[in-house]
Amino acid sequence: MHTKTLLELVQGLRSGEFSSVELTQAFLNRIMQHQHLNAYITVTEEIALENAKAADIRLSNGKAELLTGIPIAQKDIFCTLDVKTTCGSKMLDNFTAPYNATVVEKLNQAGAVMLGKLNMDEFAMGSSNETSYYGVVKNPWNTNTVPGGSSGGSAAAVAARLAVCATGTDTGGSIRQPAALCGITGLKPTYGRVSRYGMIAYASSLDQGGPMTHSAEEAAVMLQTMAGFDEKDSTSVDCPVPDYRAGLNNSLAGLKIGLPKEFFGEGLNSEVASTLEIAINEYSKLGAEIKEISMPNLKLAIPAYYVIAPAECSANLSRFDGVRYGYRCENPVDLTDLYTRSRGEGFGKEVKRRILMGTYALSAGYYDAYYIKAQKVRRLISEDFKNALGEVDVIMGPVTPTTAFGIGEKIGNPIEMYLSDIYTIAINLAGVPAMSIPAGFVAGMPVGLQIIGNYFAEDRLLNIAHQYQQVTDWHQHTPKGFE
Amino acid sequence: MSLTADDVNKIAHLARLGIDKQDVESYAKDLSGMLDLMTRMSELNTDNIEAMAHPMDQAQRLRADVTTEQNNRDKFQAIAPQVEAGLYLVPKVIE
Repeated sequence: MHTKTLLELVQGLRSGEFSSVELTQAFLNRIMQHQHLNAYITVTEEIALENAKAADIRLSNGKAELLTGIPIAQKDIFCTLDVKTTCGSKMLDNFTAPYNATVVEKLNQAGAVMLGKLNMDEFAMGSSNETSYYGVVKNPWNTNTVPGGSSGGSAAAVAARLAVCATGTDTGGSIRQPAALCGITGLKPTYGRVSRYGMIAYASSLDQGGPMTHSAEEAAVMLQTMAGFDEKDSTSVDCPVPDYRAGLNNSLAGLKIGLPKEFFGEGLNSEVASTLEIAINEYSKLGAEIKEISMPNLKLAIPAYYVIAPAECSANLSRFDGVRYGYRCENPVDLTDLYTRSRGEGFGKEVKRRILMGTYALSAGYYDAYYIKAQKVRRLISEDFKNALGEVDVIMGPVTPTTAFGIGEKIGNPIEMYLSDIYTIAINLAGVPAMSIPAGFVAGMPVGLQIIGNYFAEDRLLNIAHQYQQVTDWHQHTPKGFE
Repeated sequence: MSLTADDVNKIAHLARLGIDKQDVESYAKDLSGMLDLMTRMSELNTDNIEAMAHPMDQAQRLRADVTTEQNNRDKFQAIAPQVEAGLYLVPKVIE
């Protein structure tokens, strides 16, 4: 059952070929069987089976939606009522959420079955899942390599078929980069498209939740449920949600694709580059016009991001004070000691590094030189996107400079790790939507193609991804040992 | 630009963030590396460019000034480290 697509499973549930309880049990068994991947932080077996029973009743009443009875999993950044919600941190190891995130609520309403909570880099800060308090997740394509991050548990679980699909979040590439490294489809929607309510904040002007699936068609189904205006999120955008599956089969004849020359220069592995060339050539065959473009300010995306994201993180994470919830140190002598030691003992090294950086960038005397400067650079980067997307319909490029790197290879050098985010970060600064889709393999490891579109053009991105997936089968490959 | 161990201790104090003594030097090195990366931004002239705080340049939405929150005190205090009689407990602040 686990190798079927989401829509085949929908068919199987509706025809009575199998029940949601049977399907859910099959996935729970697989999770137990493949625990060594460390994809899950918490498996919610009882909830899953309860959800599945309720889904079977709904299916028999003919009141099912597409996701009713489908086993999915949540990144552990989303608050889940009365279920442990850790955000990959010791700080929240003892935290059970007192409410559901809007995304969780919407997926529950649709009747999806929650298998559990997925591993991630601590507070979504990392590109390899190695910063998680719960240990690194292994990439199912080669268990000596990282799955990417921060949504590494989500990507590994979907790739290894330990969930039909999963939620992820993306602040600087955290959906697209692990999707690329694990050979699945990941979509970061336009900023404001998916509610951030109950999604533990890292950098509030950049964070965005989205679907992680095998195919674009599945991403369309999942986004349909996840997207939409939410009064509880003050940055949620009140604009109608289109039918994401309606345009999947539109022709790509005449589609204008821009390739920024800044994306294909030095730093991109040559085998990854030639794999992408073949993928882009496939789009020519589908009738698209390919054009080289230039986005001169992209090279400043990493410095701007590593000011803005840590600045916002230092403000957001000040809420973890050892008083109201989360970790508290033993025997504090006074209030300052309580704050300082609770935070010092509760946060890991990468989180501390970013809090320090952000605190510095926001401190008196440095605010203009770093924070305001970075926001001005952000404006120029975002104008690069506006100009480019006036000239072409979508932008394509790599997601990552290389395929998955080895566990332990980069964790000792944080700057080198940051530089691997080069192709994904600018998209979050601009707030536009982008996808990673499987585009081939280099030495047995998956390569992702990035497709970037205009604000709220998720339907167009899904159409463009789906058409490619009609003429290629990269998204259908399963890692050895997980068939 | 490079930061010293003293700078790191000062920033950590501002953030009320305990850091291990043996890690101070490595934070100083990492933060200095990050600051070097950031100096690249000075290559770009940003005079007369408006700072961009938010991707949508949105104004904050307004709503009617009525209470929407429910009273969840018991639920929230059930997950607190230390409470008594409905109050959050912290070390004594005033002698």
